[in-house]
This record gives sequence, C-alpha cells and structure tokens, in this order.
Amino acid sequence: MTTSQANNPIGPGYEGVAGSEKRFRDIFRDTLRAEMLRDEDVFLMGEDISGGFDKDTKEPLDAWGGPFAATKGLVQEFGVERIRDAPISEAGFVGAAVGSALTGMRPVVDLMYFDFVTVAFDQLLSNAAKSRYMFGGQTKVPLTLFARSGAGTGHAAQHSESFYSMLAHIPGLKVVVPSDPYSVKGLLAAAIRDDDPVFVVNDKKLINLTGFVPDEEYVIELGKGRYMRRGTDVTLVGMSYTTVVCQKAADQLAEIGIDAEVVDMMSLSPFDEDILIESVTKTHNVVIVDEDTPRASMSSEFAAIIADKAFDHLDAPVKRVTAPHTPVPYNRDLEQEFMPQPGDVVGTVKNLLGRE
Amino acid sequence: MDISKEKLEWIYTTMYRIRRFEETMLEQTLKGNSMGVAHTSDGQEAPPTGICAHLTDKDWIGSTHRGHGHCISKGLETDKMMAEVFGKATGQCGGKGGSMHIADFSKGMLGANAIVGASIPLAVGAALTAKLKGIESESVGVSFFGDGASSQGVLHESMNLASVWKLPVIFACENNGYAEATPSWYAVSAEDIASRAEGYGMPGVVVDGMDVFAVYDAAGEAIARARAGEGPTFLELKTYRYHGHFHADDTSKYRKPEEEAYYKNLDSIKHFERTVLKQKLMTEKKLKSIRDSIEQEMLHAVEFALNSPMPDISTLYDDVYVNYSNPILGLR
Ligand SMILES: Cc1ncc(C[n+]2csc(CCOP(=O)(O)OP(=O)(O)O)c2C)c(N)n1
Ligand SMILES: [Mg+2]
Repeated sequence: MTTSQANNPIGPGYEGVAGSEKRFRDIFRDTLRAEMLRDEDVFLMGEDISGGFDKDTKEPLDAWGGPFAATKGLVQEFGVERIRDAPISEAGFVGAAVGSALTGMRPVVDLMYFDFVTVAFDQLLSNAAKSRYMFGGQTKVPLTLFARSGAGTGHAAQHSESFYSMLAHIPGLKVVVPSDPYSVKGLLAAAIRDDDPVFVVNDKKLINLTGFVPDEEYVIELGKGRYMRRGTDVTLVGMSYTTVVCQKAADQLAEIGIDAEVVDMMSLSPFDEDILIESVTKTHNVVIVDEDTPRASMSSEFAAIIADKAFDHLDAPVKRVTAPHTPVPYNRDLEQEFMPQPGDVVGTVKNLLGRE
Repeated sequence: MDISKEKLEWIYTTMYRIRRFEETMLEQTLKGNSMGVAHTSDGQEAPPTGICAHLTDKDWIGSTHRGHGHCISKGLETDKMMAEVFGKATGQCGGKGGSMHIADFSKGMLGANAIVGASIPLAVGAALTAKLKGIESESVGVSFFGDGASSQGVLHESMNLASVWKLPVIFACENNGYAEATPSWYAVSAEDIASRAEGYGMPGVVVDGMDVFAVYDAAGEAIARARAGEGPTFLELKTYRYHGHFHADDTSKYRKPEEEAYYKNLDSIKHFERTVLKQKLMTEKKLKSIRDSIEQEMLHAVEFALNSPMPDISTLYDDVYVNYSNPILGLR
C-alpha cells in the first residue's frame, strides 16, 4: 500500500486491503514489537514497563503490562536489557535516551502521562532538539517518546494536559498526534524510523477505541494530514481526539443538512499546510477544534496559516473551538465543560453559516 | 513512655481516622461515588501521625498523590476531604482538585501533589520563609514523599539546598517498598534511602514506620533540631501500603501473600493498642469509644459528600489567576 492510499483509510485505497478491527492499545503494542523486531538498535525505557520483579528469582513480572498496557508481553520476548525499567527519574532517563541516540541507538521512551514531559523538558528542549543544529549537523537524535494526554478521566490538573503545542513550538522536535488505531500504527512506525526526535502524543480517550487496521506493514509520512470525511459546506479541523469530536459533529451537522469536511492533522510539527488550504479553498469556512488551551496553540497556528494563505477563499472568519485558558478541573461536569464537545462544534458551525 | 495522655489519644484517633477514611473512600470509589483515581494509604498510618504529632498549624507539610493520611494528620476535616473526592462544591478545593490535590492552607497543608517529587521543594520553601521571618522555632517544613520519589533529581537538589541554607526541614521518605509495581530493591541503588543524607550533610535516620512510637521519637528529635536552627534531617520510614497503588490495582500480580501477611502482622494500629493496654496507658473502653466516634464521623462524611451540591459550572473559569484582563472562556 502506498502512503497516499494509506492516507485515506475511509476512501478508495481501502477496498480489498486485508485487515481487521483492532483496539488502539493493542495495535500500539504490536507496532512497538514489530519495530523492535525490525531493528535491534530500538529499545524501550520507562517506569514500570516490565511491571515489577519477583523478589526471589529477580525475573520481571509484567504486572501491569506497562502503563496503559502499552508494553504487555514485550519484556518476556525481548528481555530486561531492551525493555528497560527505569526509576522515577524522567530528567535522567530522557537525557540518557538522548545520549544513547547521539551514540547510535534508537531509544523509545514511555513517559506515561504527557504531563510528566515537563520534568524532562530541559533534556528535550536543550539537548534532543538542538544537538544536531548547534553542532553543525555532525550528529542526529533518532529518539521517540510517547505519552498519554487529555482530560475526561477524572485525573485532575496534573494528569490531563494536552499542551502538545509547547513541543511543536520547539525547532528540532517533531510531534505527531494519532487519532485512531490506523493512524497510530503508521505514525508510531514512522516516528521510530525517523532520524529526528519525535514525540507521539496519544489521547487517553483513544486508547480503548477500536478501528480498522490493515494487516500489512506501512508508515504514515510525518507532516501529512488526511480527510476523514469529504464535504462542501465547512471544514472541521481535528487533531488527536478532537478528530473523533469533529466526526461526531459532522454526523450531527449532516442531520440538519450541513455537509462538513473533516480533516485529521495527524502531525503537528511538521504539519500539512496543503490539506488545510485545499479544504478551505473548497468549503470557504473552517472551524479548528483543539483540546489544548488556546493561547499560542496549534489552533492559533493553523488559523494564522489559513488566514495568510487562503484568505481570499474564506467566506467568514476562521473559528476555533478549544479548551478554555484554565488548568483541567477534577469535577466531572467541569471537566466535560472544559473539553470541546461535538455540540460546541455544531453550535459554532451554525453561527458561522448563519443557520439557527 | 514520654507521651502525654492527650497525645496518645490524639495519635490513636488520628491513625484510626486515616485507616477508616481510606477504607471508606475506597469502598465509595468502587461504588462509583468518587469522580477519579484514588490512592489509599492504609497501612502507612504511623509516619504521618507520628510526625504531625509534633506540629501545629504554623508548620507546613508537602504531600503526595497518596496524601489523605498527611491531610488527616495535619487536622483537615474528613467531611470536606470526602466531598472533594466526590467532586462536590463543599469539598476542600471546591471539587476542582480531587483526591490527589487536597490542600488546606489554614492548617499548614501545602497540598497533595500528583507529580512525583514535586512537593518536596515546596516544604523547603516554607522553611525558607520561616528562616527569613525568623520564626524557625515555630514553623518548620516537612516534606512527605515515597521511595519512588527518592529517584527524582528534585529531591537531591532540595536536600542540598536545605543543607546549604540550614533550613528547618524534615525530609520524610515513606518507603513502602514499591513505586506502582516496581519494588524499591530494583529502583533504588542503596540499601537504605536514608544513607543519601550523609552526602548532603544532614543526619539520615532509618525508622520502623510500622511503629508509631518509633516514628514519634525520631520525628521529635528531628523537629527539635529544626526548631533550634540546626538544619534539616532525613527520615526514612519503612512502611507498607495494604491496598493497591490505586483503587483498581491488583497487588497479587506483583506482591506475595506472605509479604502482605508479614506487614499486616506488624499493623501499626494493633501495635499501638497492644502497647498502651499492656502499659495501662489507655483502657479498652477508651479505645473503643474513639473507634466508635470515628465510625460515626465516616458515616457523616459520606452522607455529607453524597448530599452536597455539584460546583457551579462557572467555577471552571475561577481562580486561574488573581488578576487577568482577558476573558478566560474557551473559544467556542
Ligand atoms: C513525575 C512523575 N512520574 C511518574 C508518575 C506516575 N506515578 C504516580 S505514583 C508513582 C509511584 C510513586 O512511588 P512512591 O514515590 O514510592 O510513592 P507511593 O505510590 O509508593 O506512595 C508513579 C510512578 C508521576 N505521577 N509523576
Ligand atoms: Mg512507594
């Protein structure tokens, strides 16, 4: 399958492709495994990824299958050297991963919750992202990191962030945001094979969702978006879980005769300017949906690019549906209010198109 | 024994309150009445109780994701704690923090903290305030953290700072043997975490964290040192959590039944009861009346939390700043 076919899992290209319904977390794990089999320089590190050890035999227990069961069974297959359980020292082991990437390995780091990236932020910003540039291109940092973002699970302010915009802001880092089992397979494989540091941000709300996944091996080119649904009246731009929100909103809009197109960005840095411009040129209206807070965010970045490069095609201002400029609250109702909901998108589209 | 009758009663009340709060909260969480994850600290009652027995509202503590015992030892009310876990408007933080973020600044409680290690320097900062204001004798900082947190760089930076600046800090490491499923023998490169103290120029003491009298004595010395302006102390309290890492965790996947039985046999509450009865310091009647009143308190806490209103949706936008000129609303 070519990348362009893979880019359109709901359209042509998919007919006749062998595959099955898979859970996001299962295909994530299977992809990690496939990449470790493919390249013996790939190894994993993170807290609890071998899930405890027997006191007497010192053998790994894999009690949790790793955080969110992302590494279940891997320590039995690959051993404790390549499935390297780390103490709670994010700055230390992310830094060590950078050092090992600089010297020929291809480390993959499980940071558990996305919020913990800040503990290791200096290593990402000052070392992972800058080494190649400031050393005049002598070296490269083939490092992959992954973690779980997003609100909606009652984890409160310090375990629910979606601030991937902070990473996308950093020259030298790449950021991808899968939105379903299909995209996580292709993006994770691409991230691990890429020679630059790539952060794979998985929203927690996706982890137990299922979707069609082709059996064959494929990668999704970093920096490419895809159409989840074609339409003519308005473009809904999603990323990570908000792609699901956009699809639900599009279904509701269809019921009232509004034909929405849904673009899934998949990559945040680099990102697909062309798909944004192509879609807006056709629909003339756009709503960007993001669970990240709105200041200096991906939604503001996409809005700026559309305003700059597709201004003449717009019938109305670029609209954004985002989380508010607040931390994530604990209470369930407040948390739901915090998150962009399909109804918010529908309301915004109706206002935008002057429909009541 | 060099503990007043009132203090003994306070210790028993506090330990039993922690035990029953955790058991009750876990039960309520499994029933679906909590809105999120809950980490219980039953089994670990002795460290917060034995330490906070020496503190007043003017002393400050920093806490962890497993913070209910710290909160209770510092005098927080169980009604408001339960309501916070239930996400209610009457909760300690108005339902915005939840189990992992209970704080009460009026009681010297700097907040439970869900980033492992993150609260350690806060207690150092509280001690710095005391030093700057010249009130070390009445205001010390105690930082509670786990064996897992001892691997965070911020602990090491904080210990060095506290020592260099000679601050009135107690580093209280509750070593319950595990960080999630990972045993401390795997993740910590020292037999005793307290041995780290030497390199940072402070006393490091290993304490039996299942024996509240041992904790009380060791903490008394450390806190007296801090109040006297002699600087920080590191206490490693060897203890055990009875339940899983969080409410849905199954410990049988990584802990042996013999090990669990061993620690349950050392139970700090049972140990206290045996000791005070044997030494005739308290009567069985008194112990029972304390237990009975705690049972009532727990029934009340659940009742209070269940019947409390949800926070108003508009509170989502409150308290991000003291002062901010732009609207804080989401873009919708
Ligand atoms: C910076 C950071 N890394 C990882 C986690 C995930 N996590 C939460 S609790 C925990 C284990 C903490 O172990 P310990 O310090 O021993 O405390 P205990 O849970 O035993 O009370 C981990 C890894 C976190 N919350 N914050
Ligand atoms: Mg522990």
